[in-house]
Amino acid sequence: MIKTDILIIGAGPTGLFAVFEAGLLKLKCHLIDALPQPGGQCAEIYPKKPIYDIPAFPEILAGDLVGNLMKQIEPFQPGFTLGERAETIEKQDDGSFIVTTNKGTKHHAPVVAIAGGLGSFEPRKPPISGLADYEDKGVEYFIRNPEMYRDRDIVIAGGGDSALDWSIFLADIAQSVTLVHRRNEFRGALDSVEKVQELKNLGKIELITPAEVVDVNGEESVESVSIKRGAEVFNRQCDHFIPLFGLAPKLGPIADWGLEIEKNAIKVDNSLDYQTNIPGIYAIGDVNTYPGKLKLILCGFHEATLMCQSAFQRIFPDKKYVMKYTTVGGVEGFDGSKKEAPKAVVKAIN
Amino acid sequence: MQDIKISIIDRAGVEHLVDAPTDMNMNLMELVRSHELAEEGTIGVCGGMAMCASCQCYVLTDHELPEMTPDEDLMLAEAFYVQDNSRLGCQIQIREALHGLKIQLAPAD
Repeated sequence: MIKTDILIIGAGPTGLFAVFEAGLLKLKCHLIDALPQPGGQCAEIYPKKPIYDIPAFPEILAGDLVGNLMKQIEPFQPGFTLGERAETIEKQDDGSFIVTTNKGTKHHAPVVAIAGGLGSFEPRKPPISGLADYEDKGVEYFIRNPEMYRDRDIVIAGGGDSALDWSIFLADIAQSVTLVHRRNEFRGALDSVEKVQELKNLGKIELITPAEVVDVNGEESVESVSIKRGAEVFNRQCDHFIPLFGLAPKLGPIADWGLEIEKNAIKVDNSLDYQTNIPGIYAIGDVNTYPGKLKLILCGFHEATLMCQSAFQRIFPDKKYVMKYTTVGGVEGFDGSKKEAPKAVVKAIN
Repeated sequence: MQDIKISIIDRAGVEHLVDAPTDMNMNLMELVRSHELAEEGTIGVCGGMAMCASCQCYVLTDHELPEMTPDEDLMLAEAFYVQDNSRLGCQIQIREALHGLKIQLAPAD
């Protein structure tokens, strides 16, 4: 069981900054995120896009913002459970919570802060009738264990980085790799496109474009897919069909936690501390809603700050505390590090 | 500058004739959101960067639209329910020439 003071669900910018504000109050944080890396949408969808409305940064790439936040929170040694989705929450007799992920990892904390953005990222599934019947029977939306594709015939669909990267990777493992995409052009990184071209020339990847997979066939498991190119539809024998059309956020299991939901977001008390209708569970950043809500990173930072003050009071109801400026108190890390403003040198004038 | 009229058929098939400002640097995705014609979280997921296709719509009138950028074209190549008249709403700025435009929102994934 992982124990912490504030369990943060979602490791996007808001969740990461909450670690810093909690750290100033000597509270430890642990973050859960369905993505394999921290940063949320900034890292997953638009790491190379500039953001212009982060205070005091006239321009910063989303990926750099995440990098800076990770550096800023480093002294507070946050824990991470990545690649797992928060699935269930159980309130304990003492008012604390146990949150369990889809992989069974358990986390125990007196305070839970949901910073889940628009939700956890789930694979986008193409609207092919009967596709769900073949899930885990030859249809996979993630590649968890490349070895399972050894010496098998694989069809991958998609035109972005993951479709290209996995086609390249599996070309050395699988018996055959066929990549199907609706255009001749690909959206992925240029070097990946060039590598696929090279593997195609070597006969290691078969490229079928402009085309799309329109059907999946097989008795018990996938035996072939039907591919439509122009007016022609033909079957391609395969053991696995891997549609890689990127990820889309879904609120997911959090929607069933008994929280008040409005417009796909969690209602919070914004006049006080961003607490939800369940005491001890807060919602900050894009995942929450209240009158006048704006889904901006800078608003998430503010919400995270107020949430931490309230969480402190909840965890230590009898402790008196006033907010301290970092220019005055510095930053004392849990790792023994200390950052503080240099003391002025006083010189006498004779 | 005056508002123009744009007709939007939502995902339930209901048509709405809405006022669209031409002076607010808004696009069709934002227009849909401002009138709450699609559930929050199901449209404009990427914020309007042509990186998610959640604002895909079908253009039902023959208004002259801005040419597709490679970003929009390749995003649509990975979208679902795509038709010949599909566009990403976030890539179409509202301007006076679009008065009378009619669009239909594509189904959510």
